[in-house]
Amino acid sequence: MKGIVKRFPGVVANDGIDLSIAKGEIHCLLGENGAGKTTLMRILYGLYGADEGEILLRGVPARIASPKSALAHGIGMVHQHFHLVPTLSVEENVVLGLSEGTGPFLRFRRTRERIDRLAGEYGLQVDPAAKVWQLSVGQQQRVEILKALYRDADILIMDEPTSVLTPQEVSSLFGTLRTLVDDGLTIIFITHKLDEVMEVSDRVTVLRKGKVIATVETAATSKAELATMMVGREVVFRIEKRPPRRGEKVLEATDLHAENDRGLPALRGVSFDLFAGEILGVAGVSGNGQHELSEVLTGLRRAHRGSAILETKDLARCSAREIADLGVAHVPTERIRMGMVPTMTIRENLILKRYRTPEFCRWIFLDDKAAHRNACDAMRDYQISAPHDGTAAKNLSGGNIQRLVLARELCGSPRFVVAAHPTYGLDVGATEQIRQVLLDQRDRGAGILLISEDLDEIMQMSDRILVLYEGEVMGIVPCEEADLEEIGLMMAGSRRREVAV
Amino acid sequence: MKPPSWIGVERRPALPPWLVFAISMGAIVSALIAAGIFFQAYGVSPFRAYGDIIRGALGSKLGITETIRRAIPLLLIGVGLTVAFRALFWNIGAEGQLLMGAVTATGIALFSGLPGPMLLPAMFVGGFLGGAAWGVIPAALKAKLGINDVITTLMLNYVAIYVVDWLIHGPWKGTAMRGFAYTDPFPAAAILPTIAGTRVHWPTLLIGLLAAVVFFILVRRTRVGFEIRVVGENPHAARFSGISQVKITILAMLISGGLAGMAGVGEVAGIHHMLLGPANVALGYGYTAIIVAWLARRNPLAVILTAFVFAVIMRGGDVIKVSLGLPFQLVNVFNGLILFFLIGSEILMRYRIRIGRRTTA
Amino acid sequence: MSWESWVIATLSRTLAYGTPLLLATLGEIYAERSGVLNLGVEGMMIIGAYAAFSVAYATGNPWLGIGAGAIAGGAFSLIHAFACITLRANQVVSGLALTMLGLGLSGVLGRGLEGFPLFSSLRGVTVPGLHRIPILGPILFEGQNLLVYIAIVLAVLLWFVLYKTRIGISIRAVGEDPATADSLGVHVARVRYLCVLVGGVLAGVAGGYLSVAYRPAWTEGMTAGMGWIVIALTIFAFWNPLLGLFGAYFFAALFHLSFRLQAWLAPELLKMMPYALAIVVLILVSRGTLQKRMGAPSALTIPYTRGED
Repeated sequence: MKGIVKRFPGVVANDGIDLSIAKGEIHCLLGENGAGKTTLMRILYGLYGADEGEILLRGVPARIASPKSALAHGIGMVHQHFHLVPTLSVEENVVLGLSEGTGPFLRFRRTRERIDRLAGEYGLQVDPAAKVWQLSVGQQQRVEILKALYRDADILIMDEPTSVLTPQEVSSLFGTLRTLVDDGLTIIFITHKLDEVMEVSDRVTVLRKGKVIATVETAATSKAELATMMVGREVVFRIEKRPPRRGEKVLEATDLHAENDRGLPALRGVSFDLFAGEILGVAGVSGNGQHELSEVLTGLRRAHRGSAILETKDLARCSAREIADLGVAHVPTERIRMGMVPTMTIRENLILKRYRTPEFCRWIFLDDKAAHRNACDAMRDYQISAPHDGTAAKNLSGGNIQRLVLARELCGSPRFVVAAHPTYGLDVGATEQIRQVLLDQRDRGAGILLISEDLDEIMQMSDRILVLYEGEVMGIVPCEEADLEEIGLMMAGSRRREVAV
Repeated sequence: MKPPSWIGVERRPALPPWLVFAISMGAIVSALIAAGIFFQAYGVSPFRAYGDIIRGALGSKLGITETIRRAIPLLLIGVGLTVAFRALFWNIGAEGQLLMGAVTATGIALFSGLPGPMLLPAMFVGGFLGGAAWGVIPAALKAKLGINDVITTLMLNYVAIYVVDWLIHGPWKGTAMRGFAYTDPFPAAAILPTIAGTRVHWPTLLIGLLAAVVFFILVRRTRVGFEIRVVGENPHAARFSGISQVKITILAMLISGGLAGMAGVGEVAGIHHMLLGPANVALGYGYTAIIVAWLARRNPLAVILTAFVFAVIMRGGDVIKVSLGLPFQLVNVFNGLILFFLIGSEILMRYRIRIGRRTTA
Repeated sequence: MSWESWVIATLSRTLAYGTPLLLATLGEIYAERSGVLNLGVEGMMIIGAYAAFSVAYATGNPWLGIGAGAIAGGAFSLIHAFACITLRANQVVSGLALTMLGLGLSGVLGRGLEGFPLFSSLRGVTVPGLHRIPILGPILFEGQNLLVYIAIVLAVLLWFVLYKTRIGISIRAVGEDPATADSLGVHVARVRYLCVLVGGVLAGVAGGYLSVAYRPAWTEGMTAGMGWIVIALTIFAFWNPLLGLFGAYFFAALFHLSFRLQAWLAPELLKMMPYALAIVVLILVSRGTLQKRMGAPSALTIPYTRGED
């Protein structure tokens, strides 16, 4: 792939990427979220079209306009979220969309034989007649691989394949990959986990913020070197921030265990303390439990073990409403989907959390005038720019929406703030402003849990940094002692540190 | 995976209310024109047909009052449906809820033994509860088990129809039956008063108008109304804000089912004075009211207007049956066409067609 | 009437009455399996009934009538398909509108035909030889319409197609997870159009059967809500054509028994069974594994728009 450029609104996902893969190798693409790895591979698989650049397969330029076209070129992809229909059987999923010479009818025996043969060759045993929903995640992944192999793929792209597997399944997968490679297939392996890179790849390309940092032979590099490449050099500028004035303990989280939507463990014994007047940044690649952590602490997900004590109440056992009433602010990751009602006005969105309080509600009626006053104040204080407070929220820009959410959540001086990816997708001006708002809250004495994929942001804003990897706390590091390489290693799962207080 | 490069559909931004109103009116007019073409093809002059309808519905005292009395159940049910739709609950079961309200009222009228002055209020309360109960069942099924609301409300319609059938053929069979099945007539105290010389049972009308105002205020200005709107417009945000979707869904259907039940009370106590076969009591009001509520854009006050519009159509059906010999089913043609054109106008308002070059996505 | 002849008569009538139920249900199963809810079945059935009767009456050929019924039902379903698939309109409202239109149009157009007997109706056939088989013979092979046999064959055929052919896999995938199907090259819209069309055609044929074979006459509203039973039956059959076969005859039997058992059991209670049972089925499949095995197609009523991930 040469000079690949891919732009999305507001961000350049791939910025002039050159990537070359040799036949018969396992090549890893390493990087954090937002580095552009998945985008790049989706271009290769025909799901996206590149804005600039070209793809050469075996020296010949190739136009890949759709997954079907990619498969015709021999490129197959195993996605992070499987493209499988749960109610259909394995063989039905493998065959879906294919129009072989047998016409509309299905020769099950032949299909089954071929599937069994492929499965046997590469160690991908699975029962062809079983329905996909009955299979374990590891087995489902085998089906995904079989789908690509059945279609004679000889280049296999795997997007974060181990994020859903148990350690045994991971070993099994690696064994399969080696067998495939021995047979002449080429594998591109997207990951953020350094252990895997070192164990299974021949070469590795590190991406950061849409650019290629380097391509190296795995044998010639080390985890430390890769980690540094992955997270970048020294941060260029630091926000002016006052030294933390730490107050009392605001939140004590102990041994939190929770499952994600798929029923797999997402939090495995997370414990930490949060103090008033500080920002605790949660670093880590997306998908390692941050989302579930924010939900557990705000009443949107049940923790089946552990506790999170805010003063006297255990947040892990409270409902969302109770937690809101306790004065906990939540700036959600999906600000449009969860944080606001697009068809309602700014005024109404601003009282979404407090409409029950006497301030806005007399008997059963909502006090429109009070809401209006509140809206005007908020719009002024947070610089939400809109014609008036009766404008529908969906007409606001991304930055203004986030200001709206902040205005709503932060009024009333909350003691504890969970801010998840607060500046994601925003322009520079809005980003600066929102970071300042959070810093102001911290100076005021709130305890802020800042979750972000942007390591720069975490490094700049946090007083202490907690690294989450696969649902466990790798370490908590005070900001002065934070070393980029160490953080990078923790994010990639390879070093644990004494928990610092 | 790439969209075609020369024609695309994109979402429109929100339209100003007057434009929405104009487009809705346009939809109705288009439907009327289409129906007119249908008339023409059938050999009837559309002008004569529409003329008859307008005259029959609005041209005489009898006409207007008949139109109003048709509007009463449409008004009650329509207001209830606006509340249900606001909570994103597809209540197709208003027919059944109306019938169950009628059943409860009949039961009270014929068998409760309450003293005279208490009968009518008890019937209204009972009718509300009967309809509400019928509406809460599918609400609970959706809220707790995630079962599709369209299907459950639809199925319960037919269960209600057979309940009524069973009652009038069985335990509640009237003593004076002649061919058709119905219950005994209600005692005088259980009959709703009407405006002199008409069939307009004004207590129900008043309740309907009151309901329109009350629920308009409720949805716009109260806490509960706010919660209903949030649940309907963004269930995720509702969950995020700690609003209980279960409670709100059940409450919305309590209201919607209850109002439909009261419409049923009005029909049996005000018009028929007994419980008849289900088709004759419900008359498709429950389904027509869906269009009424939809046209009113889920605004309870606007339902007053749209209920009247569809009442005119129903009255028109009565009139044309006599004057042109066309069957009452014609009303369904009107309703179906209007609904279709409304759907079309919805789509027009949501999207616009853009012809041009699109960059590769 | 001896016990044996009672059974034979009941089952024989069950077969006859169950046929339109079966035909329309098979069609609705296909439509819903592809993800499109078609509440317009009642409208399509009755417009099919009207079209079939009027053509059979005019031409004297009952099969032409059935063909006309198929075309009428199909045409209506194309409107539904266009609205729901291409324009992504609300499937519930579109279906209801079509039912109203169907009832209205057939009622108005058919006014002149009420009360006219159809001499060229589809008569029953008696299969020589087979009809002498004890018990089964008189039920299955004596005096039943060809459409009865066609319906049974169709049920088996459609079951086979749905579960054992590539087209069937595509249909089921489109109804469960259109995004995945799309990413594998299945033409989602085309599959859905096809299935909705099948639904409409079969509903039209079912209606035609009613007016040309079962009770050769035209009456306004003669489908008498059968379309809604079809919706219930689709659920009761767990969206499986073979179960639809048994379900259709089961419901038909309930219907007939409701008359015959009047002395002991209120007929209305039996008649409401289909609807109540549909709700029971929905409750059963609302949880966990049963839902995955036998529940509704997951993408039912959701219009599909191809979006970027």
